[in-house]
Amino acid sequence: MESLISNARLNEISLQGEELERYARHLTLPEVGLEGQKRLRAAKVLCIGAGGLGSPIAMYLAAAGIGEIGLVDDDRVDLSNLQRQTIHGTSDINRLKTDSARDRLLDINPQIRVTTHAVRLSAVNARAIAAPYDLIIDGTDNFPTRYLSNDLAVLTGKPNVYGSIYRFEGQVSVFAPQHGGPCYRCLFPDPPDQGLIPSCAEGGVLGILPGIVGALQANEAVKLILGIGNPLIGRLLHFNALEMRFREIKLRRDPQCVLCGDSPTLRELKDISFSCEVPSSAPREIDVHALADRIKDSKPFVLLDVRKNDEYQFAHLPGATHIPLAELPKRLTELDPQAETIIHCKVGGRSAIALQILLKAGFENVCHVQGGINAWSREIDPSVPMY
Amino acid sequence: MEINILFFSVLRELAARDGLIMELAQGATLGDAVSELFRQFPNLAAWDGRLLLAVNSEYADRERVLESGDEVALMPPVQGG
Repeated sequence: MESLISNARLNEISLQGEELERYARHLTLPEVGLEGQKRLRAAKVLCIGAGGLGSPIAMYLAAAGIGEIGLVDDDRVDLSNLQRQTIHGTSDINRLKTDSARDRLLDINPQIRVTTHAVRLSAVNARAIAAPYDLIIDGTDNFPTRYLSNDLAVLTGKPNVYGSIYRFEGQVSVFAPQHGGPCYRCLFPDPPDQGLIPSCAEGGVLGILPGIVGALQANEAVKLILGIGNPLIGRLLHFNALEMRFREIKLRRDPQCVLCGDSPTLRELKDISFSCEVPSSAPREIDVHALADRIKDSKPFVLLDVRKNDEYQFAHLPGATHIPLAELPKRLTELDPQAETIIHCKVGGRSAIALQILLKAGFENVCHVQGGINAWSREIDPSVPMY
Repeated sequence: MEINILFFSVLRELAARDGLIMELAQGATLGDAVSELFRQFPNLAAWDGRLLLAVNSEYADRERVLESGDEVALMPPVQGG
């Protein structure tokens, strides 16, 4: 594939003195050389998300000499980020991630430019933010921003280097319908219902995983800029860190795709908001205060804790019935479908999945606790340890 | 005929296994295999219409007629980053 950077743009670039030394290991590669290094210098890359994936992506791109890196993230550095978000340090806690990341990138390579966008990407600001950039890298951590990044890339004709992670697994691809491949919506036309999906906080993630997946994304970005190798267009790479196995699925552009298909109907950016589709009029989600009231009430009910064994041993609510989510489908017979059942987990993601399982199994009087046991510790009983 | 089903990510946890061998009648389609899976694992059914389906590591639609020994992969979208 041709380089994303036209030859005309190389005329303005000159590398001299210290830069020749900095990039010496690139300059000796025939596939990069002086011309390729100029392409990297001319390139402008927008990295959406400065977290787990954004850390290796931005650091490797900075080290490689990408001329301008844009960072979009509205979040601040939290202690629980540092297990995987290696661009940030302990002294950065509570700083804006974009500020912390910019400082790190400019320390790695003071000769690049870093532009920070400390906002949440939205349908309103996305086009203006993305306008100057050649390439978008999706390092987001939530479905609404993933779909928005994809739609933004397709509608502005920029390639989208996609990566996402879950526990010990990652997915990577390059979405570029203008080069014949599919977009994210060709694979997954609509986001799943919110209740189905655990977030990183809920599902947990091996800290090294985003390092591997983000490095693969940075690699694809550099290839697209240099115009070398075979880009991951039309292929979804799946990585399993436990099996240490890469699998590849061949993809195809969906002619019916609402965004990049032959007769697209989605022509403007739209924000996606999640809605929980639960087939019932009864409230299926209660907060910890409602749970506290229900416990004070003397009528019996089943409090179902669907966290894992080690979490249950660390802290649990008195009287809870414990069945880990993974075992729930085969242990349904231990529960009474007629009994009032209130499900909780750590913060509310797994309990929402358990809720769907029980509803599908015919349980009627069932709901789950918003915020889980952590909200309980925070708002009701601080003696229950948080984790 | 026998086909080999592979689960990925959250589906593996919901099904509590990496995959399974499924016995299907000759001429069965990918759609038939998926319907049978949702019957065996009702907790997967909420993912209906939200999964990337592949046969022998290549995207396939539900009308695809399966052959003995085919490997069917069910890949959910993943949001973490």
